[in-house]
Amino acid sequence: MSLLELERISKRFGALTVADEISFSVGEGEALGIIGPNGAGKSTLFNLIAGNIAPDSGTVRFGGMDVTRTPPMGRCLSGMGRTFQIPQPFEKLTVFENLLVAGSFGARRREAEACDRCAEILVDTGLFDKANVLAGGLTLLQRKRLELARALATEPRLLLLDEIAGGLTEAECHQLVATISAIQQKGVAVIWIEHVLHALTSVVERLLVLNFGKVIGIGKPDELMASRAVQEIYLGIEL
Amino acid sequence: MSIAIPSFKVETRSGTSSLAALAAFAGLALAIAAPLVVSRGVVQDLFFILTTLVLAQNWNLLAGYAGLISVGQQVFVGFGAYAMFGAVILAGLDPIAAILIAGALSALLAIPTAFFTFRLQGPYFAIGTWVVAEVVRLLLAQWKALGGGTGTSLPRDATRDMIGVDLIRDLFGMKAAAASDALTYWIALLLALATIGFIYRLLRSKQGLGLAAVRDNEQAARAVGVDARRMKALVYVATAFVTGVAGALIYVQKARISPDAAFSVTDWTAYVIFIVVIGGIGTIEGPIVGVVLFFLLQKLFADFGSWYLLVLGVIGILVMLFTPRGLWGLFSDRTGIQLFPVRRTLIGGPPAHTPKGGPNG
Repeated sequence: MSLLELERISKRFGALTVADEISFSVGEGEALGIIGPNGAGKSTLFNLIAGNIAPDSGTVRFGGMDVTRTPPMGRCLSGMGRTFQIPQPFEKLTVFENLLVAGSFGARRREAEACDRCAEILVDTGLFDKANVLAGGLTLLQRKRLELARALATEPRLLLLDEIAGGLTEAECHQLVATISAIQQKGVAVIWIEHVLHALTSVVERLLVLNFGKVIGIGKPDELMASRAVQEIYLGIEL
Repeated sequence: MSIAIPSFKVETRSGTSSLAALAAFAGLALAIAAPLVVSRGVVQDLFFILTTLVLAQNWNLLAGYAGLISVGQQVFVGFGAYAMFGAVILAGLDPIAAILIAGALSALLAIPTAFFTFRLQGPYFAIGTWVVAEVVRLLLAQWKALGGGTGTSLPRDATRDMIGVDLIRDLFGMKAAAASDALTYWIALLLALATIGFIYRLLRSKQGLGLAAVRDNEQAARAVGVDARRMKALVYVATAFVTGVAGALIYVQKARISPDAAFSVTDWTAYVIFIVVIGGIGTIEGPIVGVVLFFLLQKLFADFGSWYLLVLGVIGILVMLFTPRGLWGLFSDRTGIQLFPVRRTLIGGPPAHTPKGGPNG
């Protein structure tokens, strides 16, 4: 049985259709990449999955349960961890406290139980040095790392990553890819929106190409990228 | 990725806090003994300081932690006071018992109030709370049994025969008026300590951490599983209870009520906001510093009429411009001293290997 299942999800903002009958599913521990030109509806799709936007029609199922009308908090508690494209740290809390919020509320643990795990995640994501620094004082890159770390602290079954590799150097990008691969190998499913294609394809098994709110194709990265429709739509704009 | 993690420790207590605890005990002993030592005028001043502190701590919890900037907290002061008057005059209850009933009724009032105001965000919420306060004031001004628009007084023997007044008279040989002042003062002291204790405990708990997250970024808080709405509602109702109790207590001591005074936005909200802002919003110490400063300013400038308000305004603006975290924030940043530490500090060295983040981390 698949972990996440979208069935004919549609969403319109006025005359603009941002999600047009989108259907796909992601299995336990699977990694799916989502690509598409700017304005293709990637972030909207993300918000539909995470529950920040309610669809006009269609169903979202997570772990076999219908969560179409479940708000973001409920989806988090049932095992969805997300990052925001524009980082949203708790600025007056320290980096460690940021994780502790996620680790105690999102993972439904007592604070003392969450501490060790949060400290481990700080090590894994390279934020340990910054543990006791206020999150408001972090650089953009550190904030993006914090987004990932905080999402991980909720102990998700499905991790939703929204453009966290943008602006990273080559070396940093390698580290990020290694971190995400390791997370996936622990059995966490990943849905990753990214413009940095080589980072994405080194992690994900399948790609989904989106344009004007429609799924143009879904499948193995190399097969998909070779198809003419995708090259025209995606690479045509990108190059 | 199997790295041996040394066991981490989390600390919230700082070295200064134990010393401060000792000083606090001494201060507490003095505060308890005050009515036996100082004059009645001073006891009344201290009563004013303590009750204002309770209002300030509550507004601080509401605005500084739950992010609910209310300018309508006078609704609970006034409603609590009126509920106490009603319970004493109409039901013949003892004023001290009526104070608790007033708190409970204020918490009840908070439920329909929240129903309307929680639909509003930011500045709209602020205005909404004020509108609610005005509506309740106008409604209570229609209540003829409690004096309508002109107000009424507590029956003289009601305050004189309060539970405990006789005992204090006999024990310390005080006159009835002094004994009732001493009683309300001790209750105010108890209320202030309980309020600070409750808020401190809350902030050190998991719920307090969630509350801080909601304050900083509500959307992100929801995304990591914090029930922001429920948390804000609970804080709103809890502060309504305490504010109602404080309002009732203030009016037991005043013994005279009118709608305009009991629902005064200046006395019960504007001054309180001033206190919290100059002291330092989002800290427990801030309102304490603020209330002392406010009291001193009031004593200094009380004879200068409207100049007093001008001076308050100028100080408020200066503090907001130059030390947005208030005087306590300024002091705490410079010295690192915290009397009520709530920060969770992760201690314990990082593992032997270099963290994955490298130098850019």
